[in-house]
Amino acid sequence: MAADKIQTILATDCGSTTTKSILIEYSEEAGRYRLARRGEAPTTVEAPAEDVTKGVLNAVGEIEDLESRRFLKPDESGVHVREGSGDGVDLYVSTSSAGGGLQMTVAGVVKSMTGESAQRAALGAGAIVMDIVASNDRRLPHEKVEDIRRLRPDMILLSGGIDGGTIDHVVELAEIIRAADPKPRFGVGFKLPVIYAGNKDAAGAVKKELGTIVELKIVDNLRPVLERENLGPARDLIHELFMEHVMAQAPGYAHLMEWTGRFEDGKWKNVPIMPTPGAVGKLIERVAKMEDIHVMGVDIGGATTDVFSVFDSSGEPVFNRTVSANLGMSYSISNVLASAGMDNVMRWVPFHVDEADLRNRIRNKMIRPTTIPQELEELIIEQAIAREALRLALVQHKDLATGLKGVAQERTIGDAFEQTQTGATLVNMMDLNLLIGSGGVLSHAPRRSQTALMLIDSFLPEGVTMLAVDSIFMMPHLGVLSEVHPQAAVDVFNNDCLIKLGHCVAPSGSFKKAAHLATVSMVMPDGKTVEEKIIPGEMKHIVLGAGEKAKAVITPIKGIDIGNGPGEVWEGELEGGVVGLVLDGRGRHPFNLPEGDAERVKMLQTWSQVLDTYPERFLTMGGGK
Amino acid sequence: MAFAYTPGLRVADVADVAKTRRLPLKGEVLVNTGDVVKAETIVARTELPGNVKMFNIANMLGVPPSDIPELLLKKEGEPIDAQEPLAQSKGLFGKYFKSTVKSPIAGVFESFNEITGQAVLREPPIPVEIDGYVNGKVIEVLPGEGVVVETHCTFVQGIFGIGGEVRGELKRVCSKPDEEITADKITPDCKGKILIGGNYISHAVLKKAIATGVHAVVVGGFDDQDLKNLLGFDLGVAITGHEKLGITLILTEGFGKMTMAEGTFDLLSKREGMTASVNGATQIRAGVMRPEIVVPLTEEAMSDQTSTRQAGAMDIGSSIRCIRSPFFGMIGTVAALPPELQVVDSEAKVRVLQVEFDNGKKYTVPRANVELIEG
Repeated sequence: MAADKIQTILATDCGSTTTKSILIEYSEEAGRYRLARRGEAPTTVEAPAEDVTKGVLNAVGEIEDLESRRFLKPDESGVHVREGSGDGVDLYVSTSSAGGGLQMTVAGVVKSMTGESAQRAALGAGAIVMDIVASNDRRLPHEKVEDIRRLRPDMILLSGGIDGGTIDHVVELAEIIRAADPKPRFGVGFKLPVIYAGNKDAAGAVKKELGTIVELKIVDNLRPVLERENLGPARDLIHELFMEHVMAQAPGYAHLMEWTGRFEDGKWKNVPIMPTPGAVGKLIERVAKMEDIHVMGVDIGGATTDVFSVFDSSGEPVFNRTVSANLGMSYSISNVLASAGMDNVMRWVPFHVDEADLRNRIRNKMIRPTTIPQELEELIIEQAIAREALRLALVQHKDLATGLKGVAQERTIGDAFEQTQTGATLVNMMDLNLLIGSGGVLSHAPRRSQTALMLIDSFLPEGVTMLAVDSIFMMPHLGVLSEVHPQAAVDVFNNDCLIKLGHCVAPSGSFKKAAHLATVSMVMPDGKTVEEKIIPGEMKHIVLGAGEKAKAVITPIKGIDIGNGPGEVWEGELEGGVVGLVLDGRGRHPFNLPEGDAERVKMLQTWSQVLDTYPERFLTMGGGK
Repeated sequence: MAFAYTPGLRVADVADVAKTRRLPLKGEVLVNTGDVVKAETIVARTELPGNVKMFNIANMLGVPPSDIPELLLKKEGEPIDAQEPLAQSKGLFGKYFKSTVKSPIAGVFESFNEITGQAVLREPPIPVEIDGYVNGKVIEVLPGEGVVVETHCTFVQGIFGIGGEVRGELKRVCSKPDEEITADKITPDCKGKILIGGNYISHAVLKKAIATGVHAVVVGGFDDQDLKNLLGFDLGVAITGHEKLGITLILTEGFGKMTMAEGTFDLLSKREGMTASVNGATQIRAGVMRPEIVVPLTEEAMSDQTSTRQAGAMDIGSSIRCIRSPFFGMIGTVAALPPELQVVDSEAKVRVLQVEFDNGKKYTVPRANVELIEG
């Protein structure tokens, strides 16, 4: 069926915890594709099913129930992709992060140069990077060998040396891989895929070392010269090998891979399953390009948290993605606690809670990862943990989303007082225009104001930033759909997926004692003029609906920055959303919560009340006010 | 849709359970299809490549890597003893001040690289054997990889465990599922046994069990703070089974004080005195793995009951157990499966079911918060 005749599309995302299905249909009336239904079910990689397709059948079955139509084959043996009219759908696509995702080890000569480039290539392809082996990583060769064996990656990406550069060090890395004689996690007897994307002059020697013991593939150097990365070929090959070698071994995937596709001129055309993070990244990149803005996106899942960003480097937009492999809200929830520390989690809980009880609750969520909070108290605790998972994921992202390290810089006498290093982070929260949240805890928060506050507390946006949320968590679906039917993906993304929460205005900078940080003068949509002061330590909420704009002049005090530099006036339009405008006077650099327990709880309660994040009864939890 | 799939742990009075015993690398299978094996029977063996020692001969002799081959005293692939000369420089006039590089390990001289000057020596292979784990019958041989052993058994899955495979006689130490395993219950005759407890065991009592030589403890709950104290670190990701604690601990319910499910407690109590194989290995990630208690049945122990496993199909009338607050541990039957999303206490709009508890009261709970009980 030609793309322009596709009427009904089914897309699923098999997450580590939940399988989400969406039904997209072309509406003659609206003249565009629109989201028709959504279903979800627990992912079924665990016993008794141990087959990912069961969760898919269940999630699609929910849509069938709600629509009173059939989308599964009569014997429920798969999704029914029709050739002509009748029951079923015209196109079925899927993404997946179940099965632990793609786990890779990467290798490069210098850790902060080719090692980091290899890491970016792997992350960009949707992988979890378990280890970076480098000539200068301070481990002895036998320790590197042991680590490769112990971690049992699904795939290894070997890079190193610019074209025409070192050969010795690259061959040394190949020797280490050869000595480790790595075996894949799944499928005894299979050879481990190893991609070589390093110095082209070393390719022959690498082939000699590894050719017989691993499934060696050679692509173009991912860092042909110091000043430039060429990640595309390695990234594409990782996708390809992921499908062939890794996903095909996970429970039930062999079947699911056969289900996805459509008929084109009577012939079945398969659409490959895409790793979830790869699909989300495609969408974020598209948004940044279409709107010509700086964008960050975060997708917090059960096992991992992915952060995506598009910021400028040397005047060019650069896309970066990081995956925090062990920061998530179910499978990895205990690791959030272990990484952040109990005090950091508890600081976000707006009532008193016993530490031992909190530990047990978190651990019980980890061992039963598909359960959801039924009670308000449990929801609030999960949202506190989410703040820390998001904060830690951002820290990791800032560390990796950097300019290329080791690049020669031309300095003039004017730079003498500003010795910026190469490889500084590209993430600048003051330059950020749009922050998009996605993933269960953000997309399914009962009140959108909860999402807004979680994003603000964890990412601490500075200046004027639009906050948005993936309405029902469908960015992965639309990411893979954009590959086969861009129009349908764009229609649904713009109209049904992205929900603007509203602008957040957060003054940044240091001040000693001030009655206010900035004055915001606004001409509201009804023509009225409103003036608000942003008070230190306070949050304010101004009602401004979705699509509504206010002309604003923001005048900061000396030393405070809103976006145009310390003390400089900001003029522009503030846009509302389903939450409204948020004026955040809690400070940045530093942002600190009160240290005293009683005062901290009081402040959290006050901020929550300002944004109306929870029903009033939360004030009586944990022994009351 | 007439049913919903939902995750659930297996608690089966009688079941045929097949355990795959697979080598980490290809090797030799020692038994045949149809053989009856004991838990202790070695069913397959292999040799893991030995650890490697890498060192740079060129640097040690101070000559270019390309000159090394003619200085080597051993050929690639040849066995070598510890301290045996591996290469020797030509010295002055071919006679004096010769430098010798000796092998730091016994093993094989695996390779030398003329580009880097690096030599790779490998220690002797490490033998690995796998046993049958359970008493049963070999139903399939995976050539060069291992076997599948099937056993007719009582099978119980726990929710979380630590420690690996152990065997022992089942011994009940609590009279009720809501009773705590206290220190006085750990007596000298518990040595080598698998203890079946009630709702809780503390770290102090578990330490006493380790000191007594208890092989495993199966209990309802344990505190997370105690887990941290036991392991010596905060467990981040739940991949366990390799701990060397001197005991295997299996939790049937979760963290905190949690009454063991009555069905689980009764079933394990019924099997008291029998030998069980248990494994605490838990992997709550890809290819989820839960800890287990396998009690191979003798002829006398077999009841005529059979387990009717339903692959997670839930329908009206299905028996379920709530696995999250506020009804954690309560058992009931599914009274309704409304397709529409409904709002719960947290204000979240979720897919729910209506459960009728034994006291006749009906409540609405998220479908995600229940597990099926096999019947």
